[in-house]
Amino acid sequence: MELHEMQSHLNEWLQEATVAFQKVPGSAVLIRYVRSSYQNDPVRSAIELVLFIFFIRYLLAPSYQTSKQNYVKLTEEEIDELVDEWTPEPLVAAPTAQDESELEKLPVIVGPTGPKSKLANGKTVTNLASYNFYNFNANEQIKEKAIQTLRTYGVGPCGPPQFYGTQDVHMKTEADIASFLGTEGCIVYAHAFSTITSVIPSFCKRGDIIVADRGANYSIRRGLEVSRSSIKWYNHNDFEDLERVMRKVVQEQAGKKLTRRFLVTEALFETTGEINELPKLVELKEKYKFRMILDETWSFGVLGRTGRGLTEAQNVDPTQVDLIVGSLAGPLCASGGFCAGPKTWVEHQRITSTAYTFSAALPAMAAVTASESLNLLQSNPEILQQSRENIRLMRAQLDPRSDWVVCTSARENPIMMLVLKPEVVKARRLTNEDQERLLQECVDEALANGVLITRLKGMPISNHASLKDGVCTVTPALKVCVTSALSKKDVEKAGVTIRHAITKVMTRKTNNKLNLPAA
Amino acid sequence: MPRKLSNPFSTSAMPQSEKERRPSQSKGNRLAGFFSSKSKEQPTVQQSPSHHQLVSAQMTASTSPLPTISLSTAITGDLNSDETPTTLFEPPSTDEARAQERRDAQFGPLLDPAHLYVSAHQGKPLEAPIEDEPPYFYVLTTYISYLLLIAFGHARDFFGKRFGDKKFYAPIKASNGYAPLNDDFDSFYVRRLKLRLDDCFARPTTGVPGRYITLIDRKSDDFNRSYKFTGTCTQTLNLSSYNYLGFAQSDGPCADAVEECVRKYGLSFASPRVDSGTSDLVLEVEREVAQFVGKPAAMVFPMGFVTNSGSFPALVSKGCLIISDELNHASIRIGARLSGAVIRSFKHNNMEDLEKKLREAISQGQPRTHRPWKKILVAVEGLYSMEGTMVDLPGVLALKKKYKFYLYVDEAHSIGALGPRGRGVCDYFGIDPAEVDILMGTFTKSFGANGGYVAAEKHIIDGLRMTNAATLLGESPTPSVLMQILTSLRLITGEIAPGQGEERLQRLAFNSRYLRLGLKRLGFIVYGHDDSPIIPVVLYNPGKMSAFSHEMLKRKISVVVVGYPATPLISSRARFCISSAHNKEDMDRILAACDEVGDLLCLKFSTGIAGGQEPLPAGVTPETEKEWRRANGLEGVIKPPRWKLEDVIARGVEDTKQLLR
Repeated sequence: MELHEMQSHLNEWLQEATVAFQKVPGSAVLIRYVRSSYQNDPVRSAIELVLFIFFIRYLLAPSYQTSKQNYVKLTEEEIDELVDEWTPEPLVAAPTAQDESELEKLPVIVGPTGPKSKLANGKTVTNLASYNFYNFNANEQIKEKAIQTLRTYGVGPCGPPQFYGTQDVHMKTEADIASFLGTEGCIVYAHAFSTITSVIPSFCKRGDIIVADRGANYSIRRGLEVSRSSIKWYNHNDFEDLERVMRKVVQEQAGKKLTRRFLVTEALFETTGEINELPKLVELKEKYKFRMILDETWSFGVLGRTGRGLTEAQNVDPTQVDLIVGSLAGPLCASGGFCAGPKTWVEHQRITSTAYTFSAALPAMAAVTASESLNLLQSNPEILQQSRENIRLMRAQLDPRSDWVVCTSARENPIMMLVLKPEVVKARRLTNEDQERLLQECVDEALANGVLITRLKGMPISNHASLKDGVCTVTPALKVCVTSALSKKDVEKAGVTIRHAITKVMTRKTNNKLNLPAA
Repeated sequence: MPRKLSNPFSTSAMPQSEKERRPSQSKGNRLAGFFSSKSKEQPTVQQSPSHHQLVSAQMTASTSPLPTISLSTAITGDLNSDETPTTLFEPPSTDEARAQERRDAQFGPLLDPAHLYVSAHQGKPLEAPIEDEPPYFYVLTTYISYLLLIAFGHARDFFGKRFGDKKFYAPIKASNGYAPLNDDFDSFYVRRLKLRLDDCFARPTTGVPGRYITLIDRKSDDFNRSYKFTGTCTQTLNLSSYNYLGFAQSDGPCADAVEECVRKYGLSFASPRVDSGTSDLVLEVEREVAQFVGKPAAMVFPMGFVTNSGSFPALVSKGCLIISDELNHASIRIGARLSGAVIRSFKHNNMEDLEKKLREAISQGQPRTHRPWKKILVAVEGLYSMEGTMVDLPGVLALKKKYKFYLYVDEAHSIGALGPRGRGVCDYFGIDPAEVDILMGTFTKSFGANGGYVAAEKHIIDGLRMTNAATLLGESPTPSVLMQILTSLRLITGEIAPGQGEERLQRLAFNSRYLRLGLKRLGFIVYGHDDSPIIPVVLYNPGKMSAFSHEMLKRKISVVVVGYPATPLISSRARFCISSAHNKEDMDRILAACDEVGDLLCLKFSTGIAGGQEPLPAGVTPETEKEWRRANGLEGVIKPPRWKLEDVIARGVEDTKQLLR
C-alpha cells in the first residue's frame, strides 16, 4: 500500500519535473540531441556525461592559489608556539663605530650658510661643503622677494598640486624655467632628490627598456628600481659600449612588439664630477630611436654661458633631449626640482608621477626664490665667470700640485672630486674602507685648519637583483665645492690648507704603517 | 523637526519654503540648473529673513560681481572690503578694516566660546564607523555610467585614432620607429574619464589657502584640453586645503618669525644634512618635534613623500615583511617597494584580518624557504585621508604585544589634528608614544609648512641618519619652513601665546563634529570617525563629481572631489577638510549649500544607520538611548534622517558635544 503510494507520488513528481523541464527554452533540442546520440552511440553519450560532470566539478571546485603550494598546514597550538618562539631582529642595527664618530663630527652651522660659516664650536670656517656656489643665499634682492611672497602666500601651500595646491607662483616658475631652457613645458616638484626617482617610473613601465650609465647616481637608480623596466647598463661614459648595448637592444627587439626605449644618464656625474658628451648621446639616441632623460641636477645653473646647463655648454638644442631633470635646491638656493620637456610629456607627469601627485606642492617662497635666482643668473653672466675663475684657482692649488690626489671633475664643475692617485692606492694596497677612513681624516684635518670640506658619501646598497649588474663601486673622494663669493686670496689660501691637510694625513706614520704588507 | 524621506522632486524638500521661492525650485528649472550657470547665482539663504545675519552677509559678498585682481598683487582680503557689515559701524580706518578683513579671510574669528570641543577618545574600544549604503538604484546607475563612459571612450578612441586630431592622439600612437609614449590602455582613464571633469582638479589658486582660498578663474573652450584664464579671481570658502589648525596665514606670530628667520638665515642651507646642511635651527626643530610627539629623538625631511619613501628602505630589507593597511598612502607603497621586503596588505583597519595575516606570516615564514622572517613591520596611518577613519591603535597595540612586530604609524593627517593636545593618535587614545616604534608625520597639514619627520628611539634615529638616502644625498629643509614648524609647534604647545593653540585644537574638533553631524542629519552618507577633520560625502555616480564641485563653486565653496582610482569604483566622493580657521558661520554656510545641492543632485539617501537620528525625548541621553528604545519597543527602528536646515542649525551646537548619533 505504502509502496504504491510512494510510486504514485514519484510518478506525479516526475511528471511535474518533466513539464517544468519542457518549459525551459531549448529543452526540446537537448532531449532530441541526447536521444539521437544515445541511439547512435551510447559510448559517446557516456563520455559526454563524464565530461559534463567534470566540468561541473571544476566550476564548483574551490579556487586555489599557486603561491600557497608551499603551504604547511599547522594546528592553532603549533602556530601559537611558533609565534612565541619567533624573535625578530632589532629594527635598526646598532650604528657602527665609524657611523657614530661621523655623527658626532657632523659640523653644525650656526646662523646662515655662506662662504664663511660659523660652527657650533664657535669657530668661523671657510665653507667649501655647500652648494651655495654663487652665494644667492645672502642676496638681499631675493630675500626681499621671498618675504613679499611670505606676506601674500604664507609658507606652505597646504595641499597637493592636483587639489588646489597649484598656485600662480608655481605656474610662473614653471614658465620661467621652460623659457630659460628653451623647452615647451616644465613641471616643478617639491623635492629635488625625488624628482628623477619619480619621473622615470612615470614613463617607463614593465616591459620597457632603459639603457643607463653605470655611474648613474642614487636617485636615478631608485627610479630605475621603481619602474620595473628591463635595465641594460653601459660602462661609465663609454660611448662605444653604449652603442653596443643600444644595437643589441634593437637587434633583440627586431620583429617584436615595439616597446619604449629610454636612455638615462647625467650631465655632470654626481659621483665623479665628470662631464657627459651630449652631441654624441643625441646622435646615438636618434640613430637607435631611444628617448632620453638627462639628469642635469648638478649642471643646471652651472654649465653654459648663463647656466642653462649641458645643452647650452655643448650647443645642443634642448628639444633634442626629451626630458631634462634638474634641481632648484643647490646653487639656486630655493628647494625642489623640475622636469622640462615637451608639453605632452609634462602634462603626463602631472597625473602619473607619484612625487608630484601625492606630495604637497612646493612652498610659494621657494618657487619665487627659484624664479629670482634664475633671473639673476640670466642677467648677470659675470657671476658664472667669477665662479669659474675661482674653480681654476682652486684647481691650480690641488690637482697638479698635490702628490696624493687628482681631481676627476670637469673643468667647469664647482664640485671638485679629489680621489687618491691610483699609484698611491696601489702602492699602499688601500681598500675602499681604508680610503674612506683616510679621506675622513683629511676632512677633519682641513676643518681643524678652518676649511670645511666634505667627502663623497657611499650609496646605500640596492636591494634589487635586477640592478646588481649595474653596481658601480663609488671611488671614495673628497668633495670641495668652490664658491664665487670668496676672494682670490681666500680661495688660494683654502686650496693650500686642503693640500697641506691631505699631505699631512697621508704622511702620518700610523697611516703608512697600517698598510704595510704583513711580512 | 526631522522629517521622512520626501520625494526629491517635490519642492517641499527645500529648506527655504518660506515666502519667496526660487525659480530653480520648480521641476523644470531643476534640470535646467544642471546646465545653466547663471540661474542659481543667488543662494536663497540670503533671502530668508534674519537667517543668520552674518551668513547672509557673507553670501551677499560672495555673490557680488567678480573683481579683477592682477596675479602679482592679488590680496585675498580686499574682495568684500566695501560690503562687510564692519564698514557700517564706523571702523577706525579703512586700512585697519581691510587688514582685519584680510586676517579674517585667513583665520575666521571665533563667534562663541561654546563652539569648542576637546578631541579625545571616550574609552570604549574603537568601533569601525558604520558605512551606509545607497539604494540599489544608485549603485546600478553608477555601474551603468562607468560602462557608458568606457564604451563611449573606446568608440571615440577607435574613430579618433583613425580620423581624429593627430596632435591629440600622438602620444598613444607609434610613429617614426618610437613606441607610443603611453599605452592607450594605461592612459584611457585619464583621457576618457578624468578629462571630462578635469576642471575640478588642479584649480590654480593665489594667496593664502586659509579660511578662504582665492581661485584664479579659468574656462575651457575645448572640453578641458586646454584652459584660458579669464583674468578674474573668485574668493571661495576653503574646504579643500589640509590646513587643520589654520596655520596657513601670512601674518601673525608664524609669519613674523619666518620673516625674521629669512633675514637672518637666508633662503636655504644648500647642502644635504650630512655635508653642511645641519644647522642649529634644524637641530632645535628636531628636538622640539621629538618632545612634541613624545619620543626621544626625531629627524626632519623637506618633503613628506620622501619621509616615507626614504625611511622604509632604511628600516627593512630583503627577508623582512611589511604588512600594510590596504588603504595606505602611495608614499608608503613606494617606500615599501624600494625596500626589497615582501609586502602584504590587510583589510582596512580590520584587526581580525591583520591577526590572520600575522599568524600566517609567522608560522609559514618566508615564501619557499620557510625561514623565519627577520622582522615584521606593520605600517598603518593615523588618519586615512580618503576615508576619514582613524587607526584602531589600541587594537593594533594589543596584537603587537602578542606578535612582536614593529609598528610604523604614519601620522601625516593626524598629527596636530587629533588628540586633546594635538599630538596625534597616541594622544587621542591616551596611549604612551613609547609603545609605537616609529612615529612619522608631515608638517604640510597641521603646521602650514612643508616636509615631514620620523620620531623614534635615539639609536633608531641615529641608524636612520646614516642609512636614509634622503638625508645622505637629498637637500635639507629650508630655514623658512623650519621656522614655520618651530613657531606653529610652540603655538600648539602654548609656549607662545598661551591659549591660542588650545583654542585652535578645540575649534577644529568642534567644527569637524558639527559639520559631520549636520551632514548626517541632512541625509548625506558620510564616511569616517566622528572626531576626524576629514569628512568624505559619498556621491556614487561619476557625473555627480563634477556637478557637485561646480554647484559648490557657484556657491563660492571649493571642495575636493575624488573618484576612481583613488577610491573604490562606485564610491566617488567629495572630501571636506575642516580647519580651525573656519567658524560656525562657515559650517552653517556649508550646510546650507550642501542642503541645496543635495536636493538638486539627489544625494540625500542615507538610511540612518550611520547616525543623524531624530532628537531623543527629554530626559533620555545618547548613553541611555538603548534602554529607552527597549522600553518603548523601538529597537531596530531607524528612520532615514532628512532634517530641515533650520533644525540642524538650531540643535547643532548642543548635540555636537554629546555622543553623536
